[in-house]
Amino acid sequence: MLNKNPLWRYVLVIGVLLAALIYALPNLYPEDPALNISATRGGVVSEQIRADLERSFDQANISAKSVVLEQGQLLARFNTTEDQLQAREIATEKLGDNYVTALNLAPATPAWLNAIGASPMKLGLDLRGGVHFLMAVDMKAAIDKNLNDMEQTFRADLREDKIRYRNVQADLANGYVKVTMRNAEDLAAAQAALKKRDRELVFTPSAEEFTVHASISEIRLKEIQEYALEQNITIIRNRVNEIGVAEPLVQRQGADRIVVQLPGVQDTAKAKEILGATATLEFRLVDTDADLGAALEGRIPPGTELFYSRDGRPVLLEKRIMLTGEHITGASSSFDEYSRPQVSIKLDAKGGNMLSTATRDAIGRRMASVFIEYKPSDELDAKGNPILVKNQEVINDATIQARLGRDFRITGIDSPGEAQNLSTLLRAGALLAPIQIIEERTIGPSLGKENIELGTTAIMWGMVAVLIFMVIYYKAFGLVANVALVANLVLIVGVMSMIPGATLTLPGMAGIVLTVGMAVDANVLIFERIREELLDGRSVQQAIHHGYDRAFATITDSNITTLLVALILFGIGTGPVKGFAVTLAIGILTSIFTAVVGTRLLVNLFWGGRRVQSLPI
Amino acid sequence: MQIFNFKQPLNFMRLKWPAIILSAIMLVASVASISIKGINWGLDFTGGTVIEAGFNQPADLPAVRQVLADKGYSDAVVQLFGTSRDVLIRIPLRADIDQATLGDEVMAILNQSNAEGVTMRRIEFVGPSVGEELKEDGGLAMLVALIGILLYVTMRFEWRLSVGAVVSLAHDTIITMGLFSLLGLEFDLTVLAAILALIGYSINDTIVVFDRIRESFRKLRDTSVDDTINDAITSTLNRTVITSLTTVLVLVVLFYMGGALIHGFATALLFGIVIGTYSSIYVASSIAEILGISREDMLPPPPIEKEGENTDALM
Repeated sequence: MLNKNPLWRYVLVIGVLLAALIYALPNLYPEDPALNISATRGGVVSEQIRADLERSFDQANISAKSVVLEQGQLLARFNTTEDQLQAREIATEKLGDNYVTALNLAPATPAWLNAIGASPMKLGLDLRGGVHFLMAVDMKAAIDKNLNDMEQTFRADLREDKIRYRNVQADLANGYVKVTMRNAEDLAAAQAALKKRDRELVFTPSAEEFTVHASISEIRLKEIQEYALEQNITIIRNRVNEIGVAEPLVQRQGADRIVVQLPGVQDTAKAKEILGATATLEFRLVDTDADLGAALEGRIPPGTELFYSRDGRPVLLEKRIMLTGEHITGASSSFDEYSRPQVSIKLDAKGGNMLSTATRDAIGRRMASVFIEYKPSDELDAKGNPILVKNQEVINDATIQARLGRDFRITGIDSPGEAQNLSTLLRAGALLAPIQIIEERTIGPSLGKENIELGTTAIMWGMVAVLIFMVIYYKAFGLVANVALVANLVLIVGVMSMIPGATLTLPGMAGIVLTVGMAVDANVLIFERIREELLDGRSVQQAIHHGYDRAFATITDSNITTLLVALILFGIGTGPVKGFAVTLAIGILTSIFTAVVGTRLLVNLFWGGRRVQSLPI
Repeated sequence: MQIFNFKQPLNFMRLKWPAIILSAIMLVASVASISIKGINWGLDFTGGTVIEAGFNQPADLPAVRQVLADKGYSDAVVQLFGTSRDVLIRIPLRADIDQATLGDEVMAILNQSNAEGVTMRRIEFVGPSVGEELKEDGGLAMLVALIGILLYVTMRFEWRLSVGAVVSLAHDTIITMGLFSLLGLEFDLTVLAAILALIGYSINDTIVVFDRIRESFRKLRDTSVDDTINDAITSTLNRTVITSLTTVLVLVVLFYMGGALIHGFATALLFGIVIGTYSSIYVASSIAEILGISREDMLPPPPIEKEGENTDALM
């Protein structure tokens, strides 16, 4: 007889539902307010520290649910947010600068669920509060920097090869370095010499006599931009770690964008200050022989550049940079023997060598630290973004007492706060190209909570409305459809929790609500078909069989096109559109499964394979 | 229970021309409104800053405006959002202000002038270049979606139906955007998502009807094209109406309970689904008919010939 369920179908449906249910379960457990403590600069949090902290919490009468070490990080859970905040104060006071303490919400998933890898859905910032930044990397600056480097290298190379040049000048506006020689032979020799050192150079003849324009090849240009972006991402990651946020996200978007998401961050001003600051440090020798007065009148001696110190004092510095910020591996603020603020700097091996060579013959001369910052100006470029202004000032100059190596100190800083600020920035590294915030979305924690509640009630009432309607309209078959609808919701939540990349957002919740409304479609198609078949005078079993059969083709056709739309949305869209596309796509797949396989199972179970006079439809 | 129970197919196609004229009028009105009145693009597209602040007591809007104007934000638009305690402040892009830090500044100003304290609920800043890209990407997404559908339907059905489906989708999209323009409703990212979802919903609806049209063509011989289409639409009418009804039901719930942030989304879909349901009944099939669809186009393809049977040998 028709419409009997083979055993495998029971196994499949029950198995899938059970799996979804188990993976959906973690979402039911509330989250614990928690502290996340990690060590900076590659350190580890020891068992000793864990035990110490636990004792301090006890002494302060804070009842910690648990204090555990996991993968070098300490996670302490508390019952209330007051306990959490108090505990944070204790922890930061006790641990000091070398540890980062972050407030966090830790999922209270039971151990057995954790063991099988079940975890709650990731919530988007609009549902839990936090900041989202979109930053653009100024690629022009990265290329300009490269051209300036080229100018310096060309001079050094030509000097080394004893080729006398008339002028070597970077032309930033046109993106090349202009090399002017004394005669045609020298020009040929220079080109050959430079080309030998760097095969990627492209020389274009110039209208001027004995002059060529040297530019970087397209491929190299791409590499430079790629490198600048990657470097910036690494640095921003470091800076984010300095702020101490649990589960931050730093991600590349497109060719020159970086997305930063800081869940739970409230102090956006502070976050912006640390993330947005694009500071770097350069060390240069002070040219004390040159005529400062003449320089102020505009006659700057060749090979030097005029700078001003913080208090407006002019300083002439050599153009040659002894060392740049990219070689700095560590920096910390402290006080010297006279209790004046100072910054101790550590360099990498290459930086150490460079500085060592540079200072070998410069003992007794003065070395200046130049602090360079890029700030957005009032003027806008063609795309409407503020043009960045390079702001540079000499933050200190001191006499080199001895040959400097990998460890040295900068003194003469005004306040301890400034010293700390500087050390933080230096530690985080130097950005190769300035970045600016082009989009910011901050959601307060109360609004996030409200959004979840609104979304959940909307899903619930939408669901109830549809459930009632279906029972009234299709009677017993309506109940079958309702079981499928509830199963569908469990499946969506389960799948969303299983996929690591899926994040639930407010539009995503709207997508789920919409799916609830649309998920009945497949059921309606099937049920209407069965009714039609019955009207046509077929037997009950024939009607069920043909109803499902015929509706199936329609269901796949119509849903595949919708799925196509969801996939396109996912591919092209960003942010909320993407979140919506994910839930829509998952919803379509699960609703096909529950309608076609799930309800069939129930219908067959109740009415299939036996003599039935009429169907309650 | 059953809403419609017809013994005879309804003559939908009799209203083909009135429907086409109605659609044409709506389309022209929409395009006119969009080009004359424009679309009230939201922050996501225009750039600027939006601040949602929560007050502890009902907010005094004129006072808030005054305080902001005193501090140089005279171009700020201040309005209530959701409840009388939630205030929405919009500040358009200006060259002389660093927009990225503006939100924090405004919150500081509000907190200074308000003894009871004001809580930050939301601050959004979007730079001008981002909005432009978004418009492009959104338009591109729609275009790619339409082309994808065009190809799929042509492959699975027939090119005349495919054209009908895509025209009806464009019809739904343009008229929904026209409504947003006419009523001056804000068009933000969630509305864009809604319109894209609408494309998904509407194509679903259209394909169900097309599926039936194909079936009816194969089933009914010696019947006019009009009657075949009528038969198909009539027999899917129950399904069309019920699915639209449940979806609308859920969207009404979303509109009233989903919170102010999701209003635009719910509005766009509510209206879009009504239009989409109408267009999948009238617009899509009418166009296919006008393009001259016939029974022959819908018959199953002849059995595949044996490979190379009728071709000359290559060598």
